[in-house]
Amino acid sequence: MKSKSLVSIDQCSKEDILRILENAAKFEANPNRKLLEGKVAATLFFEPSTRTRLSFETAINRLDGRVIGFTDASTTSSSKGETLKDTILMVSNYADLIIMRHHLEGAARYASEVTNIPVINAGDGANQHPSQTLLDLYSIQKTQGTLDNLTITLVGDLKYGRTVHSLIVGMSHFNPTFNFVAPNELKMPDEQKHFCDKHGIRYHEYTEFDESIIDETDILYMTRVQRERFTDMEEYERVKNVYILKNDMLKNSKDNLKILHPLPRVNEIAYDVDDNPKAYYFQQARNGVFTREAIICDVLNIPVN
Amino acid sequence: MSEKKKELQVAALENGTAIDHIPPAELFKVAKMLGLEHTQNTITIGNNLQSKKMGTKGMIKISDKFFEEDVINRIALIAPKVVLNIIRDFEVVEKRPVELPDEVTGLVICNNPKCITNNEPMLTRFRVIDKEHGTIRCEYCERKINRSDIVIK
Repeated sequence: MKSKSLVSIDQCSKEDILRILENAAKFEANPNRKLLEGKVAATLFFEPSTRTRLSFETAINRLDGRVIGFTDASTTSSSKGETLKDTILMVSNYADLIIMRHHLEGAARYASEVTNIPVINAGDGANQHPSQTLLDLYSIQKTQGTLDNLTITLVGDLKYGRTVHSLIVGMSHFNPTFNFVAPNELKMPDEQKHFCDKHGIRYHEYTEFDESIIDETDILYMTRVQRERFTDMEEYERVKNVYILKNDMLKNSKDNLKILHPLPRVNEIAYDVDDNPKAYYFQQARNGVFTREAIICDVLNIPVN
Repeated sequence: MSEKKKELQVAALENGTAIDHIPPAELFKVAKMLGLEHTQNTITIGNNLQSKKMGTKGMIKISDKFFEEDVINRIALIAPKVVLNIIRDFEVVEKRPVELPDEVTGLVICNNPKCITNNEPMLTRFRVIDKEHGTIRCEYCERKINRSDIVIK
């Protein structure tokens, strides 16, 4: 029988999500537990991602597990032409769990098919990054007290932003209302809008980012507008400063509003927002450790009390 | 009994398979999919033939050749309205429409150059998500591919 892996947020039922978030809250209350004692986790980062790797490795260490792995594929046999399958099968002989990031899309799915130990996808190209989505959901639940019936405004690159696409899937169980704020070149693709229609999710599209949208929002999810996404540089120059959140835009916002961002940010959130208690992006990253502790225990079928 | 046809547009077949109602633009793709360039059987190919149903159509007749079900159903990926006529002793003994399977393995190339299947010695696997429109989705990178963009290995 194949082991339990976490490859994509699509595979998570509402129950799966709620169970993982409930356990994440237990880890937040008490992060250091000896649940991985005697176990070895492999963090295979075929593509570097310091932030995600440190978060996972912190989670493993807090659970008293041991870590093996690499942080850059150029130092491994894959640079000599070894197939992913061979690398995965080799590591499967050593570890109880694989956490992997890869620049190729579908790499984690394939890895989960060739090995008998669980695989956690820590990002496969532009495709999936389910632990990011679950930590976003945890942050939303924690700050709002619920996941149900929230108004979530997504701002910036909604075309290529995998975090926002996955967030829509993750939130689809909880009756959200979405505001999509993006320039025409980076607007939400039809596929995601069809998904919303199919699941009865309300959404509104805007090209202007103004305060009237913010004022009705519970969660403001900012993303980076990246220069390299544009074919038309004039369009980039025109929009690059339109989707910037400044502190004075928050003056009439709801008391429960929280601002999220997957990080790293460049200039899309002005630094004067950082001191506003509604800014939540650094705590959001901290929540990632608790959520990843919960995910690791979930795929290994370790109960959390 | 049925009336004798006035004039056959393609030579009649004694035994074998006649693949009818192929969209003219897809005819050579279908031929490639069936590996006809490697077969020694007698093959007659007609294209841009008149058709009451389709305006114009393509047709392939292969003597003494009967295909396996899964080979046939692959045709549905690019030409869903194709009909297979199984012919024995100059008579059509069976008319079989093609049907898309739920999953297509090892046949289609993923259009996404960053998909793992294009970078690793492995079989591709697609789920058919819309049988009517022939839309498939890569089980690995999750890219959706419309029928007109499907590339056969």
